[in-house]
Amino acid sequence: MTDTKNEIQIADESGDKYKYGFVTDIEADTVPTGLNADIIRIISHKKGEPEWLLQKRLQAFEFWQTMKEPHWAKLKYDAIDYQALAYYSAPKQKTAPKSLDEVDKELLKTYEKLGIPLKEQEALAGVVAVDAVFDSVSVATTYQAQLKEKGIIFCSISEAIKEYPDLVQKYLGSVVPYTDNFFACLNSAVFTDGTFVYIPKGVRCPMELSTYFRINSRNTGQFERTLIVADDDSYVSYLEGCTAPQRDENQLHAAIVEIVVLNNAEVKYSTVQNWYPGDKEGKGGVYNFVTKRAACRGVNSKVSWTQVETGSAVTWKYPSCVLQGDNSCGEFYSVALTNNRQQADTGTKMIHIGKNTSSRIISKGISAGFSNQTYRGLVKAAASAANARNYTRCDSLLIGATCGSHTVPYIESRCKTAQLEHEATTSKISDEQLFYCRQRGISEEEAISLIVNGFCKEVMQKLPMEFAIEAAKLINISLEGSVG
Amino acid sequence: MSKPLLEIEDLHAKVENKEIIKGFNLTINEGEVHAIMGPNGAGKSTLSYVLCGKPGYEVTSGRVLFKGKDLLQMSVEERAREGLFLSMQKPVEIPGVSITPFLKHALNSLRAYRGEKEMDTVEFMKLLREEGRKLNLNADMLKRSINVGFSGGEAKRLETLQMAILRPCLAILDEADSGVDIDAMRIIGEGVNACRTPQSGLLVITHYQRLLNYIVPDFVHVYTGGKIVKTGNKDLAEELERTGYSEFVKEQA
Repeated sequence: MTDTKNEIQIADESGDKYKYGFVTDIEADTVPTGLNADIIRIISHKKGEPEWLLQKRLQAFEFWQTMKEPHWAKLKYDAIDYQALAYYSAPKQKTAPKSLDEVDKELLKTYEKLGIPLKEQEALAGVVAVDAVFDSVSVATTYQAQLKEKGIIFCSISEAIKEYPDLVQKYLGSVVPYTDNFFACLNSAVFTDGTFVYIPKGVRCPMELSTYFRINSRNTGQFERTLIVADDDSYVSYLEGCTAPQRDENQLHAAIVEIVVLNNAEVKYSTVQNWYPGDKEGKGGVYNFVTKRAACRGVNSKVSWTQVETGSAVTWKYPSCVLQGDNSCGEFYSVALTNNRQQADTGTKMIHIGKNTSSRIISKGISAGFSNQTYRGLVKAAASAANARNYTRCDSLLIGATCGSHTVPYIESRCKTAQLEHEATTSKISDEQLFYCRQRGISEEEAISLIVNGFCKEVMQKLPMEFAIEAAKLINISLEGSVG
Repeated sequence: MSKPLLEIEDLHAKVENKEIIKGFNLTINEGEVHAIMGPNGAGKSTLSYVLCGKPGYEVTSGRVLFKGKDLLQMSVEERAREGLFLSMQKPVEIPGVSITPFLKHALNSLRAYRGEKEMDTVEFMKLLREEGRKLNLNADMLKRSINVGFSGGEAKRLETLQMAILRPCLAILDEADSGVDIDAMRIIGEGVNACRTPQSGLLVITHYQRLLNYIVPDFVHVYTGGKIVKTGNKDLAEELERTGYSEFVKEQA
């Protein structure tokens, strides 16, 4: 108790110093835990942010204090003590492992199976800093130069705030306002870093943009902020995440991804999410509360979300498309796999506003062990959405008798000419199927992996090639121990 | 003298606490074809499942040797890798898993077990197309998911194709003729015969004599009440076709 009090006091003192314009360069690990207006000022100051952003953060914080954490999702987790968290740049924990010998053996096994080089393993497990390992600065620079030539901006959001304030100010928070939801509001107040992408008019981005090439974006997982703007007639494919399970001392993750798509532009956003799911009992896993939304503002604009989710103890995530422009199109392809004690409440929202808008949802949920999974989706056609079309297919696969799968589709149509279709199936890997495979000489684990891979093939095909291979491997690894 | 492939001695087995197999004896030597015939509910499928080790089928006593090894100690996949194959009566659908990669996976599991090198895709595709053609299964069908939307005859031809690819030492055909028209039966019969070698054996389980016109048995056994009650040559099958099983069922009662 007294410790907490002290920390708060320290925070107040630091804040005071700031007020007087006398600021020492505070080390990352001296920023105390807890959340108040002064902490936000420290964050903003340390990042050298302009006043307008600080004001945005403070406004969000003020609003957040009036909000209540939502509990409508089918998720059970211990109450989160927001004052016990650290909100700036994840101070180096004293408990960080000194060598791989101190790292969870299970985690190391997984790295091995994924074929991750030792140096990278050290980084992922938090033994050494990421940038000490990924000597890809030169690679990154090469790509940066190539992108720059085309006028593409691809940098950290902090850099963008300094270098391209007009663009950021115009679009940041325009898709997900701070008032949107509790976790988005928290992110708006305390976000640390993330990615900014701007594709200028008429430009087709010549490569898949991946955070891998931007090494400093790592370790910002906690309150990540991503903003992608595709200007008229442009195209970009963006990859987020990493198949290797990443250990993170921060249990709470609350990211925001905003995508703005203008006339005739297209954005493909692919995610592989594999945050630490906790041990077999679910202890220590990441809570992932994410708000991802794309606004198809222009005519004929298109956005496509593809995700493979195998990580986190608790997932709360609904990548959405707001189809404002006439003829705009939204897609959502998802594979979510939960095992052991993992819980996921995930799905999408397709909001049809413009005429002739179309959307497609293909969701594949796989539950194993004692896990619980809910698909929650909304398809809405506004009165203005003449001839809107939606096709939804939602399949669940159960492995074993102790997991759960639920489907909660909301469908709202205010438009007579809209056509909304929903199909759903639930199946179980049957003993008969396993016997059949084993009778042909295929082991039970291999059989499950064949069946699961077959089940999610349709979605995996939507991933960029190299990502798809990794993701298939990842699914097999995540399934291990599900036989019983 | 040919070597014994399968030796079953006084086998007893139960399913859901009900004894179905009650003192079953049979020896199959290399190169031999045995047919087991019997009425509905005699436990013919139970016998094939017990031999393949299907979970839920419990052996209570008896001994089964396969190529001299204790079969009952092996897992389902080990038995398969040792060369035991079951053409199933009602092959289950496996949506999303297409035949080609499934069968390649199965073949390479067997090859790995035997210490042989993996067959690559090119070589495998050649083999698959060749064997598929013999069984009237075209390339489009081989792209489909296992047994999904297959007619009875197609599913049984697919079972035979798997046998042709996997080349088992001992294949058990559990009613390979049920739900199959006369043309398909001929194709299946020819397909099965093509897989035979002087070292391999066949156990054909059937209600009817028809299939045995194509796959000619060396021995025919009448199976009812959980054991073999009569053994003869192929003439016994023809006799059964005329007289039915009532004589044997009565004897049991």
